[in-house]
Amino acid sequence: MAPNRIRGGANEGADGMTDWCQERTAREARLERARVHADGKVVPAARVVDLLEAILQPGDRVCLEGDNQKQADCLARGLSACDPARVHDLHMVQSGIVLPEHLDIFEQGIAKRLDYSYSGPQGGRIAKMLYGGQIELGAVHTYLELFARYFIDLTPNVALIAGVSADRDGNLYTGPNTEDTPTVVEATAFKNGVVVAQVNAIVDRVPRVDIPGDRVDFVVEADKPFYVEPLFTRDPGAVTETQILMAMMAIKGIYAEYGIRRLNHGIGFGTAAIELLLPTYAERLGLKGKIATHWALNPHPSLIPAIESGWVSQIHCFGSEVGMDKYIRARPDVFFTGSDGSLRSNRAFCQTAGLYACDLFIGSTLQIDLQGHSSTVTTNRVAGFGGAPNMGSDPHGRRHPSDTWMKAGREAGGTGDPALRRGRKLVVQLVETFGDKLVPAFVERLDALELAKKLNLELAPVMVYADDVTHIVTEEGIANLLLCRTLDEREQAIRGVAGYTEVGRGRDHAEVERLRARGIIRRPEDLGIEPLDADRSLLAARSIKDLVHWSGGLYEPPAKFRNW
Amino acid sequence: MEWKPVTLSAAPLDQSWYEASARARLAGLLDADSFQEFIGPEQRMMSPHLPLFDLPRAFDDGMIVGHGLLEAQPVLVAAQEGRFMGGAFGEIHGAKLVGLLRAALHLKPAAVLILFDTGGVRLQEANAGETAIAEIMRAIAIARAAGIPVIGLIGGRAGCYGGGGLVAGTCARLVISEGGRLSVSGPEVIETNRGAEEFDSRDRALVWRTMGGKHRRLLGAADAFVDDTIGAFRAAALAAIPAAPAFDLATLEAEQARLEARLDRFGDCTDATEIWGRLGVDDPTAVPGLTTEAFDALLDRLPEGPHHAR
Amino acid sequence: MEKLSFRHTTQKALPGAKASAITGVVASGNLEVLLERNLAPDICAFEIDTAINGYAEVWAAVVADFVARRQPGGLTITINDGGARPDTVSLRLAQGARLMEMP
Repeated sequence: MAPNRIRGGANEGADGMTDWCQERTAREARLERARVHADGKVVPAARVVDLLEAILQPGDRVCLEGDNQKQADCLARGLSACDPARVHDLHMVQSGIVLPEHLDIFEQGIAKRLDYSYSGPQGGRIAKMLYGGQIELGAVHTYLELFARYFIDLTPNVALIAGVSADRDGNLYTGPNTEDTPTVVEATAFKNGVVVAQVNAIVDRVPRVDIPGDRVDFVVEADKPFYVEPLFTRDPGAVTETQILMAMMAIKGIYAEYGIRRLNHGIGFGTAAIELLLPTYAERLGLKGKIATHWALNPHPSLIPAIESGWVSQIHCFGSEVGMDKYIRARPDVFFTGSDGSLRSNRAFCQTAGLYACDLFIGSTLQIDLQGHSSTVTTNRVAGFGGAPNMGSDPHGRRHPSDTWMKAGREAGGTGDPALRRGRKLVVQLVETFGDKLVPAFVERLDALELAKKLNLELAPVMVYADDVTHIVTEEGIANLLLCRTLDEREQAIRGVAGYTEVGRGRDHAEVERLRARGIIRRPEDLGIEPLDADRSLLAARSIKDLVHWSGGLYEPPAKFRNW
Repeated sequence: MEWKPVTLSAAPLDQSWYEASARARLAGLLDADSFQEFIGPEQRMMSPHLPLFDLPRAFDDGMIVGHGLLEAQPVLVAAQEGRFMGGAFGEIHGAKLVGLLRAALHLKPAAVLILFDTGGVRLQEANAGETAIAEIMRAIAIARAAGIPVIGLIGGRAGCYGGGGLVAGTCARLVISEGGRLSVSGPEVIETNRGAEEFDSRDRALVWRTMGGKHRRLLGAADAFVDDTIGAFRAAALAAIPAAPAFDLATLEAEQARLEARLDRFGDCTDATEIWGRLGVDDPTAVPGLTTEAFDALLDRLPEGPHHAR
Repeated sequence: MEKLSFRHTTQKALPGAKASAITGVVASGNLEVLLERNLAPDICAFEIDTAINGYAEVWAAVVADFVARRQPGGLTITINDGGARPDTVSLRLAQGARLMEMP
């Protein structure tokens, strides 16, 4: 803990009176030191290091804004260029460890302790640094959990954030990628912290005010626009027949069966396949308007055909997606947009929406064990989970019914008065039995446990706990874990869809057939799914260019996804 | 439970040519159920060379030949499977096409249709493959001289490269789609020999605007640009048959003159977009994004009208 | 390359009258399956040429499951495999059987 956060005897002034304004005084001192580098609130990019060295104090809790999409990269470069003799032992509290600089600062001694949520591309390096003891790890959180702690015990002293533009008063336009910014600023600005924003441009008037200027202390005009990763773009050209088969099973065996209207999709080709089958396969099953109408979802390009075919009522977004801005502007009935016409995303609200207002989460994972625990952490990659643990959990605070939720609750059974039984959120793992390089997705024991042991973690990094998972969909079939009544049944249900992995081949064949007779395991043939339909011609779009055509030319894919 | 295939009930003509297998292309291209295969997979006429390299073989060696009807006209057809060995020419693969073209002299079909999908000659049987290319070109020349139009259709995953590009050059008419690429040296070959500064094979936009269907159509190397559907290729193949030029000295001299003029006019261009600009395209950078309809309209607007090869 | 052969007895013949069918393509991670109706109605034989050695046990399991689920009596099934994952093999076999059942 930063020392100035502790109240009590230490706060007593010389006259014996309690000083209740030490944080505010400290903030004023930081601002005073920093002002010499600024013209009003505006700081040129060349002065970033001076600015940060003036503001930061050793041991500060710092949020360097970065999540799975947008990055305050100019400020990250500035921070890693600070003098470790002046700026050191920082405690980083941020959603994403994504840029090399996010870890460089630990090697340099600028930062020491870390609390975060997601580290996709840096997963390998972060694992090495954790083993090497270069990072003192607090915890790997979910987004919402980390945001929550911003307001309780991980409140930042300094927030380094990113926006599209600002005026000279600090009014900030975060643009379509608003994401974490309002939450970070709320926690910092209203608790005596300092907020520094990097923007692509200083303008006379911002298109809309996403963050009011009185919450922003300094505005840095960045040397180049902040980086955004096109994380949610999946090229339809790479969707396989196996993924199409699994998508058909999910649509027919889960979406249709439970009447799923409110949902969230995780990232991956499996969920992209589902999105691309809505206007074709699901349409022919007569499901339009009955499923997949209300979404907590980033603007997935692969959902364009479904939107254009009139499937989707509305979508609230965690963040935006590169290339989708024009399309979103032209579809305000579907997306949340501001007075300027562009998307307003908000990760904290969207995570809450996914948690409480969606009846289904479906996503992929790297490993599932015999009970159904799953994790994307392996012994040499600590990827973090972002939002999946929240999306993929059954919220006990939910109090509104829906047919879907109630049906799942009935299937889960239980004892006591049926009138007092709650519903269940559907949490579906969509996994191919073998991943890249024939690595099995089903294992006796998660690598995450090994990692926890090696790093001496109190809590193993599990993405979705077994008691939250309701269904597992593989190319071999659907296992409905809600209907399992014993641990043995559960294990055989999982083995029964684990294909030709060791776990799958270790099944009790007779028991699996009994589970199939009870509908706990359902094969494609049990669902009336024709194997000949598992063909790419069933996809509503087969290439990125098809998506562009579906969008009427409004979707502008990033260069790496274009062949034109 | 009753099984009703969705895919198979969808119109085959709407399927993507690029995505379809060679067999599916043939099935959709020809009149329903009219395709009859010569040397089908059940005869297991496979490569004698691939086992020496410990490589898997295909029952048809990646080349499917036979006869069928196109709007009731008898045609001979050959289709390459671009996913097997990149559609490359080997001994059996090449011999099947040579045999088909020679048979045309006796069967006198309305046309021979070659569905190209090839990276060139198979390295593992290069001598046989190179020989096959020469024999195929000779056989095409003889068939065309006998008045049989030989039409090439290009729109597969492997494009039409190497020896396939040479063979395509001897066809009477070429139909190409956006996904189709036509060239002799492929992007990787150019980069390997001349460096990434000369040609960056990973720059997909560069590859497509240099070798892709639109550029080939604008240059007159292909005679029709079509949507990526089996139906569009079928319609274009039908239109190409009566449009095939006579294979005589006048045609060859005209073609020679056209190619010389083209080299004079565009030889100093460093990018396809420059060529398009000189052809009178107002906004060359917009060309790759155009739909087929808009692209055809553009061709009609060009001051000199579209070029036609051969 | 590895050659594998399996022979199973089935409880019934695969429905349909089609003499042969072919599905799939030999490519990396893919395979072609040739099905021919030329055996006694309670026999199904497999001849497999696979690009990847050492997976005989998995092939045996995939083939046995296919026979149990589809009862493909009367067929010789010949496979050229470019190194497909088991799920792709299962899917291709199921597709091949369906093609043989179609009118």
